[in-house]
Amino acid sequence: MADLISLSPCDGLLPVTIGSVTLSEDLPDAMTSLAPYAGQEKALSAALEAAHGMGFPAINRSTGKAGARAIWFSQGMALVQGVVVAPELTEFAALTDQGDAWAVVRLDGDGAEDVLARLVPVDLRRQSFKRGHTVRAELAHMMASITRVGPDAFQVMVFRSMARTLVHDLKTAMAAVHARG
Amino acid sequence: MRVTCPNCGERDRREFYVKGAALARPAADAALDEWHDHVNLRDNPAGEVHELWFHEMGCGAWIDVCRNVVSHEVISTAWVSDLGGTR
Repeated sequence: MADLISLSPCDGLLPVTIGSVTLSEDLPDAMTSLAPYAGQEKALSAALEAAHGMGFPAINRSTGKAGARAIWFSQGMALVQGVVVAPELTEFAALTDQGDAWAVVRLDGDGAEDVLARLVPVDLRRQSFKRGHTVRAELAHMMASITRVGPDAFQVMVFRSMARTLVHDLKTAMAAVHARG
Repeated sequence: MRVTCPNCGERDRREFYVKGAALARPAADAALDEWHDHVNLRDNPAGEVHELWFHEMGCGAWIDVCRNVVSHEVISTAWVSDLGGTR
């Protein structure tokens, strides 16, 4: 049988540092989307809390922390990263494995806000977008999920097929921000 | 133009896809004339219209947007799923 080589979405592209900002790839151990069945939102949140120690996130928010995080992911859906979701949650929600579907990168450093300001038509400055806040928004014509994971750190996700475009656009913006000094 | 998504808050128009007028769908067994009206005939008011907008680049919600086509003012937005109908 052929020995298959697994490649990460941004294989060979990252990490890259330009000025004070570093772009690196993040590979969560698992990614699963949770879409609660009608009327099961509270029961799902309680079960998620019991199984993984984090509730179902409110709109535009995330719960948990690095290693086990639940991110609001769209209308009626959250994405759990880092842990394999307990199978008993299938009683309350539709679970879908997203592990191979998304490119996950981390934009870190002083000026990361300025880089994203060039690409995302949403105010991501610290005063309005704090740690744990998340948005689904456009990033250079791609449907992105952006979460603040630290004081100067963002997690950016797009469809895996767009990984190369994402890296290209972020690198271009990083260089432009750096060039302004 | 800025549109307030009930999930995401105020967002730029570029994040949305517009399907068209928000209409009540006739019953499946309604008369042919009624379906003809539903499919083909539209008012064209110089004022407030209700349209179905899809937050394509954001949360994926279908939104009923009431806006004034003369002033471009967005008057109200609501989840289509909250306006009745079955899922």
